[in-house]
Amino acid sequence: MKNSIKFRLNGRPTTLQAADDRMLLWALRTDLGLTGSKYGCGEGICGACTVVVDGKAVRACVTPLTSVAGKDVVTVEGLAHGGRLHPLQQSFIDHGAFQCGYCTPGMLMSAFALLRETPRPAHDAVVAHMDRNLCRCGAHQRIVDAIEAAAKATAKST
Amino acid sequence: MNASPGLDRRAFLQLLGGGIVVLVSLDPTALLADEARRLYPEDFNAYLVIGRDGRVTVFSGKIEMGQGVMTSQAQMVAEELGVDLAAIDMVLGDTDRCPWDMGTFGSLTTRMFGPALRAAAAQARLVLTTLAAERLGVPADRLEIRHGVAVVAGDPARSVSYAQLAKGARITRVVDRKAVLRAAADFQVMGLSPQRLDAVEKVTGVARYAADLRLPGMLYGRVLRPPMHGASLATLDTAAAAALPGVTVVRRDDLVAVLHADPEAAAAALEAVRATWRLPEAKLDRDSIFGHILAASDELTDVASRGDIGAARAGAVRTFETTYRKGYVAHAPLEPHAALAEFKDGRMTVWASTQTPFPARDRIAAVLGLSAKDVRVITPFVGGGFGGKSASDQAIEAARLAQITGKPVQVAWTRAEEFFKDTFDPAAVVRIASGVDRAGGISLWDYTVYAAGARGASLPYATPNARIRSAGKNSEGPVPAGVGVHPFAVGPWRGPGANMNVFAIESQIDIMAAALGVDPLEFRLRNLTDERMKRVLQAAADAFGWKAAATPSGRGHGIACSIDAGSYVATMAEVRVDPATGRVKVLRIVCAQDMGIVVNPVGAKMQIEGGLTMGLGYTLSEDLRFRGGEILDRNFDTYEIPRFTAAPRIEAVLVKNDALAPQGGGEPAVTTTGAVIANAVFDATGARLLRLPMSPDRILEALAAKGAA
Repeated sequence: MKNSIKFRLNGRPTTLQAADDRMLLWALRTDLGLTGSKYGCGEGICGACTVVVDGKAVRACVTPLTSVAGKDVVTVEGLAHGGRLHPLQQSFIDHGAFQCGYCTPGMLMSAFALLRETPRPAHDAVVAHMDRNLCRCGAHQRIVDAIEAAAKATAKST
Repeated sequence: MNASPGLDRRAFLQLLGGGIVVLVSLDPTALLADEARRLYPEDFNAYLVIGRDGRVTVFSGKIEMGQGVMTSQAQMVAEELGVDLAAIDMVLGDTDRCPWDMGTFGSLTTRMFGPALRAAAAQARLVLTTLAAERLGVPADRLEIRHGVAVVAGDPARSVSYAQLAKGARITRVVDRKAVLRAAADFQVMGLSPQRLDAVEKVTGVARYAADLRLPGMLYGRVLRPPMHGASLATLDTAAAAALPGVTVVRRDDLVAVLHADPEAAAAALEAVRATWRLPEAKLDRDSIFGHILAASDELTDVASRGDIGAARAGAVRTFETTYRKGYVAHAPLEPHAALAEFKDGRMTVWASTQTPFPARDRIAAVLGLSAKDVRVITPFVGGGFGGKSASDQAIEAARLAQITGKPVQVAWTRAEEFFKDTFDPAAVVRIASGVDRAGGISLWDYTVYAAGARGASLPYATPNARIRSAGKNSEGPVPAGVGVHPFAVGPWRGPGANMNVFAIESQIDIMAAALGVDPLEFRLRNLTDERMKRVLQAAADAFGWKAAATPSGRGHGIACSIDAGSYVATMAEVRVDPATGRVKVLRIVCAQDMGIVVNPVGAKMQIEGGLTMGLGYTLSEDLRFRGGEILDRNFDTYEIPRFTAAPRIEAVLVKNDALAPQGGGEPAVTTTGAVIANAVFDATGARLLRLPMSPDRILEALAAKGAA
């Protein structure tokens, strides 16, 4: 029943033994102890579990682990490098773009995927892209501000 | 809290040192104000300890669920004690280590616990300064406190640090006078917006919530739920579940659960449980509930009464009679309830997402037959609460399962369980008869609120004749399913009662202003004698760029104000209504708030923005669907909370009032959302919406009715 699934996780080769119906979210949270990706709805609606697979934002709660075989998976734990926060993470702090913090990993990963695809997105594009990620605390305008500022800062520094 | 027959649970408060006191006040705010001195310890050692390394550990029973009190409380201690913010470590919501607290709700942390915490830190500074003076052989008034070090003024070589004086121990020295709190003009840490203490953890995924915690050998528990509230178990067959490898089945009284070392395997085991249920007849839905509430609410409690209502009604030049309604609203925090429980050496430890760790501890002890001292509740980061994490049922479930199985057990509710087990903001009705005199003054105010409770029901405006009454249980404390008029449990929801009351009051004020052809800001200012409210309204008007006009002006501008949790708030909004779809687009909101001294301005603004954004849900889209005790909304696909495309630009304005101690910040702004949008919709279209939420179908209906009239 169990397959051996190999993929890259936050830059490191990773192998897991898993059943076909194992969801990526539970593999991350249970098998690998990476609890940054959150359960929020279990049906791919809220975005709290968003991770980036081969550059695209996906919902880990409805993504079978088998589907990421051979692919490159980035979670919130993989954003910072060498003790330095990713520009998006720093920008979220600078703009007060979180309150309870529970949706934050998913927000960051959605934004990360957006900026990889579109380094300088228009305001409306940011809003449209983030619309499928839910926040109950009401940090929306600060999240949008943080993403736009990070895009600007990154564009300047490269 | 122990349930006692015939008495409201929230009437009981456990005091430090044991013992129970019965308090008769219905308003927990007043109740805490009266009892705060007795409830919170006098000894500052209960709040903080200074280590040999100079780090200051602060203990608070308040929990961090996004409102920023981890940081604001640390700012208060840093300010009063005279240490750097970076030297402080916060311990929140740990019943073994923190001073007793009733819970984190009611916008009470800063205004009720804050004074006790500040006083403790100030007293510690006074005692430490006294000790330093003796050590250095100088009078205390020659010492300056800099970054946790007492330095002799003009002789910086002579100094002694807090760390050297305290050495990580309890400070037993008593000083026979009370320390004075620092004045706002002298603030160095309070009044600023430093980086939040939880910032790096929360953007790196390091922050731990209850469902993120792991213990060796732990099991994931899934609890069998009935299909509707009021159902009882008829038959149960767990054989297929028990046959799955690694599954433990528990059946104890009302608790049926399956457990497994893997969460997905536990979910699969629950799927394998076969149960049939005896179902009660489902009579009520979201349209018939209002008639039921009115019929069931026979007893009216007087909240306020003055003048002569009968004479005022007869003497008014115009009277206005209106009925307002609002549906049930879910808390829907992004983090569903979760808890991890471990029973070891006769002691139960529960890590729980809860707003009420101490009451949770007492309930767990009562249910498990343990003494409260043998139960410890630890609160990790909480992923949103909004009043919904006060009942702590998941903590009880985890504790029971850990006691029964002898293994650590985590219970993490699914989203469907979160919707089913929520203590919803109750559906409510308000009836108002109001009148004006020849001069345009409010001469009559006859107000009755059903099922929402009286918070926010007081009229901010001056009128000689007013009667305010409240019927039914209020929403200040959870009311379990099967009790009262509601088909399922209800409870406090951010700004409980006030959201409904302010919607009704401020809509009614606008109706009168429109009928008289008076600009709604002008009408309010004319009927206000409260200078603080006038100031706040003016601040909002200035920031918004309010221009006087009779409504409906077609511009889509709305206004609403309220007094809540000691703060004054005035909100203005601009909306556009699509006549084809009935959709309301909120273009911008300006909110001015006077909350006394502001501990953390950015944090305060975030609470205002967050409250208003959240409030757009109950205002425009959130309306729980149910059939009797069956909750039909089970996820965010059908239950629509505000999204990015619905979130307007919000400008929060803090009105300076340093003469007043810090007031509440988590709830005041949200209470104005319903009315400000309803009034803006009227200004845009001339259609007056009297029921929340103002969903597109109801907007279209109101537009059609207006066209037909």
